[in-house]
Amino acid sequence: MIHFSPNVYERMLADARQTFPDECCGFLFGTETADGDRYLTDILVVDNAKEGDKRRRFEIAPQDYLAAERYADERGLTLLGVYHSHPNHPAIPSEHDRQAAQPFFSYVIVSVLDGYIGRVRSWRLNDDGQFEEEAIPPVPAKLVWPQ
Amino acid sequence: MATVIIPTPLRKFTQNASKLQVEAATVGEALQHLAAEYPDLKKHLLDEQGQIRSFLNLFVGEHDVRDLQWADTPLPADATLSIVPAIAGGISDWANVTFSKEELARYNRHIIIPEFGIEGQQKLKAARVLVIGSGGLGSPLLLYLAAAGVGTIGIVDFDRVDASNLQRQVLFGVDAVGQPKVDAARQRLEALNPHIRIVTYDALLNSRNALDIIRDYDVVADGTDNFPTRYLVNDACVLLGKPNVYASIFQFEGQVSVFNYRHPNGELGPNYRDLYPTPPPPGLVPSCAEGGVLGVLPGIIGSMQACEVIKVITGVGEPLSGRLFFFDALSFETRIFRVRRRADNPLTGEQPTITQLIDYEQFCGVKVVERPVREITVQELLQWQAEGRVFQLVDVREPHEYEAANIGAELIPLGTVSENAHRFSREAPVVVHCRSGVRSAKAIRELEERFGFDNLFNLKGGILAYLEEVKPELAG
Repeated sequence: MIHFSPNVYERMLADARQTFPDECCGFLFGTETADGDRYLTDILVVDNAKEGDKRRRFEIAPQDYLAAERYADERGLTLLGVYHSHPNHPAIPSEHDRQAAQPFFSYVIVSVLDGYIGRVRSWRLNDDGQFEEEAIPPVPAKLVWPQ
Repeated sequence: MATVIIPTPLRKFTQNASKLQVEAATVGEALQHLAAEYPDLKKHLLDEQGQIRSFLNLFVGEHDVRDLQWADTPLPADATLSIVPAIAGGISDWANVTFSKEELARYNRHIIIPEFGIEGQQKLKAARVLVIGSGGLGSPLLLYLAAAGVGTIGIVDFDRVDASNLQRQVLFGVDAVGQPKVDAARQRLEALNPHIRIVTYDALLNSRNALDIIRDYDVVADGTDNFPTRYLVNDACVLLGKPNVYASIFQFEGQVSVFNYRHPNGELGPNYRDLYPTPPPPGLVPSCAEGGVLGVLPGIIGSMQACEVIKVITGVGEPLSGRLFFFDALSFETRIFRVRRRADNPLTGEQPTITQLIDYEQFCGVKVVERPVREITVQELLQWQAEGRVFQLVDVREPHEYEAANIGAELIPLGTVSENAHRFSREAPVVVHCRSGVRSAKAIRELEERFGFDNLFNLKGGILAYLEEVKPELAG
């Protein structure tokens, strides 16, 4: 199971919405419990560094990756995964996603249909190099403090 | 000792260590040490050739080793080597593909195969396949790819349809004779499947245009009949990273393989230069035009080639990568040979020397042997006859061809010219002819090289041109 804090979830969806029709991307941080549950408590939005068609591809610059590792280190968090959006397309990993996928990371895909958020699903490589879905329990509504 | 920073996803292979100290002079050495110490880490760092994996970036301090000296980049004792996994992905090109009602009906027998399904059909429709050569192999290949619903099919051929093609090139009918092959092929394929796009190149593929043409395609199917083009297609595919589905035929034998195929696990398969590092000596392996071919053979082999193209596109099954299929129609024996990558492959070996396309005619030695022979046109021959000039006329075709039609020449078949060299005049000019001028040019070269003749003339266009001029009613 991969649990989103409301804040992280909101910021990820906002990025997906704003970047449409291009693909968005970023890093997800948090902690992993002994029985493998992941709790995402922080997020880093990064630029899609893909040269060319950003509507169908994303790429994160190595410098941004190094910065994300440092970010996790400084805050005592674990870099647990990467999110990206699939504009006008289901939240299922493609062959491109699978080829570049790293072990251990959760790959969260946000489907954006005509600018509106569709399904959000998370995938992780198993030992055979195939993606397996990991469940995302309902994210509690974000608390809004009265002004 | 240099410090190596292990990225989070790989820490499970280093007992959760994020930093390791390594005693190594270069980046390459450091990776070898890590691979030796942490065997599970190895496959994430190095590919099966021991090269740095393609989805991996390496930084020494702030600098990408790609901008330095790759694996040979020196690693000072106080240096920090960061392993940075490439983070990338996106939508598949086929994922948004939809079908009309007519298309769904048409492709139903594909879609209902569980392993194939609508996804396989979507991949076919999104795919762009370039077929090089629309002859014997190209005919079944194009017919089946078009029928199967490959969305974009490119065809490269510079030739026109000849009556002698119809015995095996089932793409063409009698009414296509004389037309450019690409035009006749387009008509036939569009009639077969109106839901696909045909792109034609009425040109000879060469080192100047190959990269530009191939660049736009996902898969290349090589159905050509000569070595220079085969090496050209292979090298262009390797340079552009395209899979090359190869087939060839000769008389009663056929071969099929899939070259430069990247397996989903990232492994790159061998290419044509791993199978045949050097071309055969020019003239040793005749083309179909010279050596002949059983008409049904390209039908069998070209259909297998189409099957492999479809497997490569859809990812269904195990493509014939790293294996060469061999079929002998006479004994009906089939064999499969292993093909392995060679360390000395000039494209993909340890020390690549070919980084751009070369002159393939020269590489295959074709240019050297094809030095010109003196020619005489039919008009000139007729004039010689009218003037009553003394000359000898020799026909180097086979006896059964001579029996079917001849122009009163002496018959000395190509295979016997050397042993009959004494029958060629040394003084009077000798006009040598065959069907179209190819074999007679060979005979002349053989006689000139071995016996020093300098009075031989090749009849341009052969007996075909002669009959066209003198007896057009017989020529067809």
